[in-house]
Amino acid sequence: MDLSFGPEYDDFRADVVSFLANNADKAPKGNDLRGEAAKDWQKLLIENGYTCRTIPKEYGGYGAQPDIIKSRIIAEEFSSARINAGLGGQGISMLVPTLLEMGTQEQKEQFIRPTIHGEMLWCQGYSEPGAGSDLASLTTSAVLDGDEWVVNGQKIWTSTAHIADWIFCLVRSEPDAPKHKGISFLLFDMKTPGIEVRPLVDMTGVANFNETFFTDVRLPKHQIVGERGEGWQVANAILGHERETLAPANTAQTRINALIELMKQETVNGDPLINNPVYRDRLMKLQGKVMAMRFNELRILSARLNPGQDPGMARMITKLEGTELRHDLEGLAIDVMGEMGLAYDDNPHLRNSGSWQREYMYFLGLIIGGGTSQIQKNIISERGLGMPREPKFEKAS
Amino acid sequence: MQFGLSEEQILLQDNVNRFLDDNSPLDRVRAYADGGADADIWTGLAELGIPALLIPEAHGGIGLQPLDAAIVAECLGSHIAPTPFLGSAVMAPTALVASGGDHGELLADIAAGTMRIGIAFGEAIKRRNDAGVSVKDGRMSGTSMYAFDAEADAYLVADEHQHIYLVRTDDPGLTRSDLATVDKTRRTVELNYENVAAELVSADPTVFEASIDIGRMALAADTLGAAQNMLDQAVEYAKQREQFNRPIGSFQAVKHMCAEMAAQLEPCRSMVWFAGHALAELPDEARVTACHTKAHLAEVGQFIAKTSTEVHGGMGFTDLVGLHYWFKRIGANRQWLGAPEFVREEAAVLQGI
Ligand SMILES: Cc1cc2nc3c(=O)[nH]c(=O)nc-3n(C[C@H](O)[C@H](O)[C@H](O)COP(=O)(O)OP(=O)(O)OC[C@H]3O[C@@H](n4cnc5c(N)ncnc54)[C@H](O)[C@@H]3O)c2cc1C
Repeated sequence: MDLSFGPEYDDFRADVVSFLANNADKAPKGNDLRGEAAKDWQKLLIENGYTCRTIPKEYGGYGAQPDIIKSRIIAEEFSSARINAGLGGQGISMLVPTLLEMGTQEQKEQFIRPTIHGEMLWCQGYSEPGAGSDLASLTTSAVLDGDEWVVNGQKIWTSTAHIADWIFCLVRSEPDAPKHKGISFLLFDMKTPGIEVRPLVDMTGVANFNETFFTDVRLPKHQIVGERGEGWQVANAILGHERETLAPANTAQTRINALIELMKQETVNGDPLINNPVYRDRLMKLQGKVMAMRFNELRILSARLNPGQDPGMARMITKLEGTELRHDLEGLAIDVMGEMGLAYDDNPHLRNSGSWQREYMYFLGLIIGGGTSQIQKNIISERGLGMPREPKFEKAS
Repeated sequence: MQFGLSEEQILLQDNVNRFLDDNSPLDRVRAYADGGADADIWTGLAELGIPALLIPEAHGGIGLQPLDAAIVAECLGSHIAPTPFLGSAVMAPTALVASGGDHGELLADIAAGTMRIGIAFGEAIKRRNDAGVSVKDGRMSGTSMYAFDAEADAYLVADEHQHIYLVRTDDPGLTRSDLATVDKTRRTVELNYENVAAELVSADPTVFEASIDIGRMALAADTLGAAQNMLDQAVEYAKQREQFNRPIGSFQAVKHMCAEMAAQLEPCRSMVWFAGHALAELPDEARVTACHTKAHLAEVGQFIAKTSTEVHGGMGFTDLVGLHYWFKRIGANRQWLGAPEFVREEAAVLQGI
């Protein structure tokens, strides 16, 4: 066991810390995916190698050699300084890695630069009304007509479709092939005729996801990633990665620290809540769990550096444990505030701009989205523990 | 021995449920949540005698018992109905009657459904930050947070000595402002008092306790109804929704979620009934039972709110099926009149533990 990253990394960490100290005022607050301030900040971060670090320069990235430890240091310092770590969204977190791995040269050149600079916002068109957990049963069709794909069908829960410029979309292109072998991964412009987006309000009260309808949507044949019928593999190459990034331990750590601050400030009968032994114990229990998850991540990191280590199970549980942990953590904040914890919307007494209630609900959404907790448990038991698979049912008719 | 509802009580339950099926369906609740009024629902319930439930016959009431109030609260929770029931029909009449004072006229107006009385007891239970009230020479100043309901004509306000005062909303020194919360099926307000005329209703802590106890029981019953409804919706959805060529309800994981909800909820029904019974008949057990019922239903309710949402998959997270209104109502009931940890502590102290 050697937990030091080595002296060369101390210098790197010092650079990150001084960058943050000198530039904190330029960082945008909140999660605006489109604002100019967010784009400028993103540009500055890329120029300094603090985001999109390993994306080649020719595609608009910083072009560094992969160095997981440096990436880790950046994540740690931005998180502990509570400074916006650059643009997120499904284009940057999911599509760009996919293109880097499987895209054509033209696709990389066309899409990566505008995506990472926030000029091209993507949405992910996977789920359908009839295909959620059983994603591979999706029925949105794509038929080749000369040099064009013609897409018909419906997607649902498409986050950010109402503001997205482009969509990466799973479609059934080979209706006669077995279910997992008949899917293709297409990219198209959301302004293409035949697309209708209907926003859906979620339980937090915002309309961030949508129903997306396709009627004879035409796109050039070459806007496909991978080959025809390979869409399932293309999508799965990064699904695992998405699951690991949904509820990172660094953010949980930031939230625990914010909760400690809150409990020091809020009082009940004049006494700060942090002194209440019951809440204190619940807080420490959660802090312990966050700690365990942080070291779980460190082990995953170590396994990437040391090929002999097997992080299989450590990775497999992160989505399940991380989302449940955040839901519980946000729930404790609500509990300690009592009736005050119910405050929402334009309530003048909001704490941390209402984020405790919002995140409490949002993480219930993430317990469901990106593969439900029940599906995660199926994966852990079947793939992780080698238990027998559920018998498959054939289509009724 | 007969542990269960009487024929009259089942009739009451049927009547209220039928009225709410017709008059407080989800669309109607949504209209209220979007800023509408609840007056028509309350007027309809007044025709069924609901505001008069606990008021003695001598004052134009029906003179029923806490268990009957629990039955109604369960129906209201199941329908997530927007009404001033908890304050006007349960806590205020209980305090006014228990005070032994001469409140005949007030009680008659409440019974008729023409006067709504809200409750501002939060600061007497746990005073948060700077809130709190003080009364000098019949004049009140200070702040009450999260008082319910938002349209009351008058409020019963408790100070930290658990003295209860009546203040009227037409008093020029009283300002009332909305405090938006996640729960849109009922509205809470902040009350600011500047030299407001405050009529002392009771300086006897047992009056305050009587009102809080029955309020907690009613909140537990409301959660019982809401949680049962969420469980029923989850079971129904699991039977209809298909994935992997089979109803999701045929997956053991989904079955076990539903079975666990049922297993945790079923004893809660008995607990609420007993809590209602105890308030009327078993003074030695009433207070502890009310505390435990409130806190236990808060925990079970939270589990069911989350789990039944999960059974619905992405659908549960949207506004489409409206499940979140139940989720949030259960969440609010958890915090109103004392969060579970504090209420359990009270239960321990009451037993001398
Ligand atoms: C906040 C949020 C954001 C989302 N964003 C996107 C997006 O941008 N793009 C996109 O394409 N999709 C998105 N989704 C959709 C998400 O991926 C699906 O909701 C999820 O995969 C579940 O599918 P479903 O909603 O159809 O639920 P169902 O699959 O119908 O599940 C219902 C219930 O059945 C259970 N169940 C199903 N199958 C099994 C099984 N085999 N074993 C045990 N239990 C089972 C589930 O666990 C769940 O409890 C998002 C969802 C949420 C909540």
